[in-house]
Amino acid sequence: MPTPESIGEPLIHARGLTKKFGDFTAVDAVDFDVAAGEAFGFLGPNGAGKTSTMRMIGAVSPRTGGELTVLGADPDQAGPRIRARLGVVPQSDTLDTELTVLENLIIYGRYFDISYAEARRRATELLEFVQLNDRAKDLVEPLSGGMKRRLTIARSLINEPELLLLDEPTTGLDPQARHLVWDRLYRLKQRGTTLVLTTHYMDEAEQLCDRLVVMDKAKIVAEGSPRALIEKYATREVLELRFPVGVQETLDGKLDGLGDRVEHLPDRVLVYATDGEAAATAVHERGLQPETILVRRSSLEDVFLRLTGRTLVE
Amino acid sequence: MSVVAGVRSAGLRIPGVRKLEHSLLVYRRIWRGTFFGTLVSPVLYLSAMGVALGSLVPTMTTFGGVPYLVFLAPGLLAAQAMQTAAQESSWPLFAGFKWNKTFEAMIGTPQGVRDIVLGHLYWLVVRVGLVTGVFLLVAFLFGAVNSPTVILAWPAAILTGVAFGMPMAAWTASRKTEQSFAFVFRFIITPLFLFSGTFFPIEQLPEAVRAFAWLTPLFHGVSLTRSLAIGHDLNLLTLAIHALVLIAVATVGTLIAFRTFKKRLVV
Repeated sequence: MPTPESIGEPLIHARGLTKKFGDFTAVDAVDFDVAAGEAFGFLGPNGAGKTSTMRMIGAVSPRTGGELTVLGADPDQAGPRIRARLGVVPQSDTLDTELTVLENLIIYGRYFDISYAEARRRATELLEFVQLNDRAKDLVEPLSGGMKRRLTIARSLINEPELLLLDEPTTGLDPQARHLVWDRLYRLKQRGTTLVLTTHYMDEAEQLCDRLVVMDKAKIVAEGSPRALIEKYATREVLELRFPVGVQETLDGKLDGLGDRVEHLPDRVLVYATDGEAAATAVHERGLQPETILVRRSSLEDVFLRLTGRTLVE
Repeated sequence: MSVVAGVRSAGLRIPGVRKLEHSLLVYRRIWRGTFFGTLVSPVLYLSAMGVALGSLVPTMTTFGGVPYLVFLAPGLLAAQAMQTAAQESSWPLFAGFKWNKTFEAMIGTPQGVRDIVLGHLYWLVVRVGLVTGVFLLVAFLFGAVNSPTVILAWPAAILTGVAFGMPMAAWTASRKTEQSFAFVFRFIITPLFLFSGTFFPIEQLPEAVRAFAWLTPLFHGVSLTRSLAIGHDLNLLTLAIHALVLIAVATVGTLIAFRTFKKRLVV
């Protein structure tokens, strides 16, 4: 992990960053740094404080406490100046349904004081980038969820931002649409745009993030690269067992000692083991007959489960 | 970035102009739907109330010594300014907060709450200006206006609209649902329309109600607009009082809007 010192000023610097809504603490004294060129993720379930954190970084939500520097400035003091250099993809698309695809991009460019001619030029380019050029003259309303998401991403790029904030970029999209979004984000990263994203999809975090923090109940519970987190908090492989209805409750202790750790979920049992196949053989040797049996590589989902005792998408 | 910086430094940044551009862009898409009402409503009101009903009403000193049509037209003008502004500050504005979330998108850019509030004010001026402009043209064709000072009745009507539109906008920003808008129109806007001097002088009202009418901005809007439209015996002091009341209400509404918009958007 590159330390801030080794690469100069971090683009985002947060210490003890806190957000409260009345008595409710949405973000509880979190520390993190994001370096230029990084793809940095906030992974966590709904309500973990990811969106509140993103809105504070986006200089639209004042912090309750702690330190925060974005692009070298304090969002409380330099909001418009910071926002001029940010791209924002909010959780809901916030597109203008009364306007066409192209108009949505042009008027958004105007908010950054970009001339009409230049906004139109960039909009056309961006529609090509997100593969929506053939829909330029269409109204936004009939577009599919995936298209609207791509349009929102295109819109966030109109000011050529140094830092792109994406709040759950692919939530609600079908797998094909998700892969297209991922591909575009990957290309942006290749061009040097710093990405900060939130997600509750572990595969998204694994695909896109160089480094991430796991958030749960307003706090950061772990930090590192996806690989490092998996190595630290999970075993190499996981054995997933599904038992016929009613059987799982009667297992008491029959799986003990298999692998490093056994996790009982409502619908299945996870056995964490370096060698999943060996653990599967052992299950059969103990005379147990699961309905299905699956050996897979461990993922961030397992890390999250380990850290919080809960699954990411509940 | 250099392009953005270059463009930005090139011009003076006037707060709210981008939001106005947004409203105009949306209006360019939907104006056809609104234009029919803009044109037809004055024709209907002026022919039914002004010409048909007016032919039964003798020219009386109560109506300032002018035919009823001439008395009525500026009252309707001010009332339409009020209704248009209240309308623009209700559902369409609420959509920006809740349904389209246009304002959420806007504050993610260098635009801020001040831009959104002022942009809405500019938009009210444009939209009410358009509606009342068409109204005046129709009224002129009906022979309902003939004094040269009527040209001043136009800004007076726009001011009346803003005096309703900005307090209404401030209130709309504080709403969680759209349910109370119908209530406002039914129990505030419509009674004002009927009893603030639009159709008859408020001197016809019982004493107690008359005092109440004095407190409503529409009364001042109607009085100002009517005096300027008829153009007889202009009393500058009275005109100034009416105008100042409207300016005061519009200003207070705008100041409250800064607060309620901020409370809604910056959390």
